[in-house]
Amino acid sequence: MSVKAFKLALAAVGGLALSSPVVMAQGQNEQFIPLLSYRTGAYAVNGIPWANGVSDYFNLLNERDGGINGVKIAFEECETGYATDKGVECYERLKGKGATGAAFFNPLSTGITFALTEKTLADKIPIITMGYGRADSKNGAVFAWNFPFLGTYWSAADIAMQHVAKEMGGEDKLKGKKIALVFHDSPYGKEPIPTLQVLAKKYGFTLMELPVTHPGVEQKSTWLQIRQNRPDYVLLWGWGVMNGTSVKEAAAVAYPRDKVIGVWWSGAEPDVLPAGDQAIGYKALTLGQSGAGEFAVHAALKQHVYAKNKGIAKDDFAQVLYNRGMINAMLGVEGIRKAMTRYGNKPLTGEQIRWGLENLDLPAERIKELGFEGMLTPVKITCNDHEGARSARVQQWDGKQWKMISDMYTARQEYTEPLVKEISSKYAEEKKITARDCSKPE
Amino acid sequence: MGQFKTSYAKDMVIFPIRQDRIGVYLLLGFALVLLPLMMAFHVPPFRTDYFLLAILLPFLILSLAAIGVNILVGYCGQISLGSGAFMAIGAYMAYKFGTGISEIGLPPLPIVFAILLGGLSAAFFGVLFGLPSLRIKGLYLAVATLAAQFFFDWVFLRVKWFTNYAPSGSVSAPELKFFGYLVATPVEKYMVALIFVIVFALIAKNLVRGNIGRQWMAIRDMDIAAELMGIRPLVAKLSAFAVSSFIIGVAGALWAFLRLGTWEPLAFDINRSLELLFMVIIGGLGSILGSFLGAAFILIVPIFLTVLPAELGIPITTGTVSHLQNVIFGGMICCILIKEPLGFARLWQIGKEKLRMWPFPY
Amino acid sequence: MQELGSFLEVLISGLLAGVLYSLVALGFVLIFKASGVFNFAQGAMVLLAGLALVRALDFLTRLGFPGWLAIMLGFVFAALVMALCAFLVQRYVLGPLINQNALTMFMATIGATFVIEGVAQFVFGSEVYPLRLFPTDAWIAAEATFPGGILINKLDVWGGVIAGLLVIALALFFQYTKTGRALRAVADDHAAAQSVGIPIDWIWFVVWLVAGLVALVAAAIWGTKLGVQFSITFLALKALPVLIIGGFTSVPGAIIGGLIVGAGEKVAEVYLGPFIGGGIEYWFAYVLALAVLMVRPQGLYGEKIIERI
Repeated sequence: MSVKAFKLALAAVGGLALSSPVVMAQGQNEQFIPLLSYRTGAYAVNGIPWANGVSDYFNLLNERDGGINGVKIAFEECETGYATDKGVECYERLKGKGATGAAFFNPLSTGITFALTEKTLADKIPIITMGYGRADSKNGAVFAWNFPFLGTYWSAADIAMQHVAKEMGGEDKLKGKKIALVFHDSPYGKEPIPTLQVLAKKYGFTLMELPVTHPGVEQKSTWLQIRQNRPDYVLLWGWGVMNGTSVKEAAAVAYPRDKVIGVWWSGAEPDVLPAGDQAIGYKALTLGQSGAGEFAVHAALKQHVYAKNKGIAKDDFAQVLYNRGMINAMLGVEGIRKAMTRYGNKPLTGEQIRWGLENLDLPAERIKELGFEGMLTPVKITCNDHEGARSARVQQWDGKQWKMISDMYTARQEYTEPLVKEISSKYAEEKKITARDCSKPE
Repeated sequence: MGQFKTSYAKDMVIFPIRQDRIGVYLLLGFALVLLPLMMAFHVPPFRTDYFLLAILLPFLILSLAAIGVNILVGYCGQISLGSGAFMAIGAYMAYKFGTGISEIGLPPLPIVFAILLGGLSAAFFGVLFGLPSLRIKGLYLAVATLAAQFFFDWVFLRVKWFTNYAPSGSVSAPELKFFGYLVATPVEKYMVALIFVIVFALIAKNLVRGNIGRQWMAIRDMDIAAELMGIRPLVAKLSAFAVSSFIIGVAGALWAFLRLGTWEPLAFDINRSLELLFMVIIGGLGSILGSFLGAAFILIVPIFLTVLPAELGIPITTGTVSHLQNVIFGGMICCILIKEPLGFARLWQIGKEKLRMWPFPY
Repeated sequence: MQELGSFLEVLISGLLAGVLYSLVALGFVLIFKASGVFNFAQGAMVLLAGLALVRALDFLTRLGFPGWLAIMLGFVFAALVMALCAFLVQRYVLGPLINQNALTMFMATIGATFVIEGVAQFVFGSEVYPLRLFPTDAWIAAEATFPGGILINKLDVWGGVIAGLLVIALALFFQYTKTGRALRAVADDHAAAQSVGIPIDWIWFVVWLVAGLVALVAAAIWGTKLGVQFSITFLALKALPVLIIGGFTSVPGAIIGGLIVGAGEKVAEVYLGPFIGGGIEYWFAYVLALAVLMVRPQGLYGEKIIERI
């Protein structure tokens, strides 16, 4: 390398230092929303459709309505690669951007959520973790800034067990049965364990915990253990390549796929397509009312975004994770809209948006108006309940598409709530947070 | 005129050139006094704490880790792909010491001691995993250090004791009280990291130009010859492993406490190890300064790649940026190894050589 | 009987899984044997080969080519991509580093890894692409002897057969062709080989090409197993302990090492894992390799290294 090249590099670095303040000054009448996503690495297969859904929905609002109540949405993606430290870096990079700073964060990673929970508290920025994140953050009194919309992992665990009980023909049939949990060995995969242990004690089944190490390409011995121990059902808590590999290994050890039930993060098209016919019969939860498929909002997308060639999804359009990304974006936007009723139609700060999210109330009519009818059930967030809705259905892969095979289940709070109370108050104690009094209006 | 050394003491000073000395003092003054002041008054680019938290803080901590790696790889020639594991040991043990170990009746220790003990634990395991280096070397050793990486990834995931039995397996730093002073704001975090870096960089610099450092370099250049000259490979290699792991462990604890706040083993996986190795190669093998240059380069390129296309109005997806970044890093590694195997630090040195003769080059 | 059956099942599937690691490890051995370069990029090459193959296949099938023709053309295309990759690596990375020490070359291949990963995903995409070249269901064997029988995965057996054929072909190539012998000469000493007139550039190109083709075979099997996606690069990390155990320079060693690693880690995971927390196969192979190194620093089949001043 020559001295000249070194000088060039120096000049480039100098250019960067100059350019960063410029970035921050732009967009005075825009609401800035950061989008932490992953389009590379071991989890890109799931990260891409989700991020496409979020991004397309923001584009739809900008193209069709000129933003939120006339305030344009400026959003920027930041690649986290599903890695906690990169997530933190993205957070630091984007939290102060735009006229009023970041509206909210939604990192699509439980690990990153754990890392950001404290930081968002200090910086007063809400963090939306729809269907993932800390299960105890349902308790808004302690976790004022976390919003695990539509369902936590503890709700998911309970719903999965409800379905197992139903297939077996009653809750009393669970006694003496063996249920295996095959989970991604990370905060994400470990979250459901407390609820499952509570349920195991209550109903008298044994829980087999089988961790799969990141990224999950090697699961042969896990499934050999399943073949030897023959659990009655297998719950799958995987992500990325792990999901598809699990389905294939289940087939390889001839474990019946219809006895494998995945969480809602293990039930998308990239998880079953690589397994081909072997995935037929595999079941998974949906988050909310439905998984894949086109609804009213998709027609709007085609008309306002895809007709102008501004959409970014390809095959993943209207797939499970794409739709989930859209719902995720919609809930965040509706939170902003709610906040605007109080603070006016202008770019809002994270603190103001937090109020909007906490008072978010989407009845069925509003959901229909937004074009999401059939995709999710009514959501009502309160200070005590940051989850808002906790129902799911079970879907089954028929080789071509996901088919709904059950009605709505609603998680039983009598099992999850004591855990929420216990673990969130432990957290509050550790971090010296005084729980808010939710009976007082803000 | 030039600068000439007229005594042994002058020959042995840490920065032999006057301009260098002045430069270092200026830099220290800038980092210790001016920067915090600028931040306090929000002078650009410190309008927000972005520059501080997203660039300076990680730069300082990763530089420290890179110094640790450089001692082992650059000075002692023992290539290691397991640095991430030693960062993890530092982080988790500091966490354990910082929150108290009830099993042996140890109360929560002050945070500075916790961090240093975290470093010591890393040093202990560094020596343990360095033992094979007495028997195997080169590429075989590189693969052997991977054993440490994978083993400790697993240990911190599976052994619940290290995470104080947290159900999710993710832990968060204890209250950061340094000698009774609560560190919370970005500026305070920056200062803490800076002080650690200055102290350890000085220690490292002095170690490598002292007796032990020369032993390391002799081992690196040719271990059999070094042994014949009376250098004991056991002492030299294991001390390199110990010092290097100690510094990496301290950096790991700082990374966890100051930067991440809450973390899981994945924060210290093999990618972290490779990244540290890259910093050392690009910055300059066997150079303390190189560790800083390498860390700066690795940190700034991705930010630059994200900001630049957006500034120029070129639509580019984050995925593409990330692939591009891989290509640039990889390309840089190859390029540096081929054209200038001693990295950025060597370029700097060439400049300095010219300064030494200034204003009359030969 | 039940226990014995289970044990045999774990052992057999472990051995077969090990052969699949060997397939990746073979690429490492080839390059090390012929150039003394420890090629960290082998995993990235598997990814590149897999992506090229599967994308070409998809493209050709969409154009309406019949299955067998599409597969053949797909393989040809992927082989061409690997040839280009071999050429570029040789020309721009290793060529300029000729006669440098092994560690420098090793670090250069780490750099090459990142370039290949970046370019491969940039050109061919970073989603998951299903590949179905081999059957992936299972046989149940010896059902009469053991209750429940012993489960054998067909894909693993295919992997074993192909690995065996590859080893034979490679052994013949090294032993009986002029290029093969030249390769071995280069491996011993770059400078000496150059001085007796062996065209080192050409030799290195050939060896990287052969390693690329081995990567292609590995990609076909692993792609069928996992779907072609980024995670396939993690296999390189699985193959490293195989190499350590087998020795860097031995083709049969790579196979034996694979068998030991595969069987060892599966048996350990199933019978030891439940007691110490599970997931131990993540590091078991490495610790095993470390243990082997302490006893035999050059691996089971590696050549003894004699150092002189």
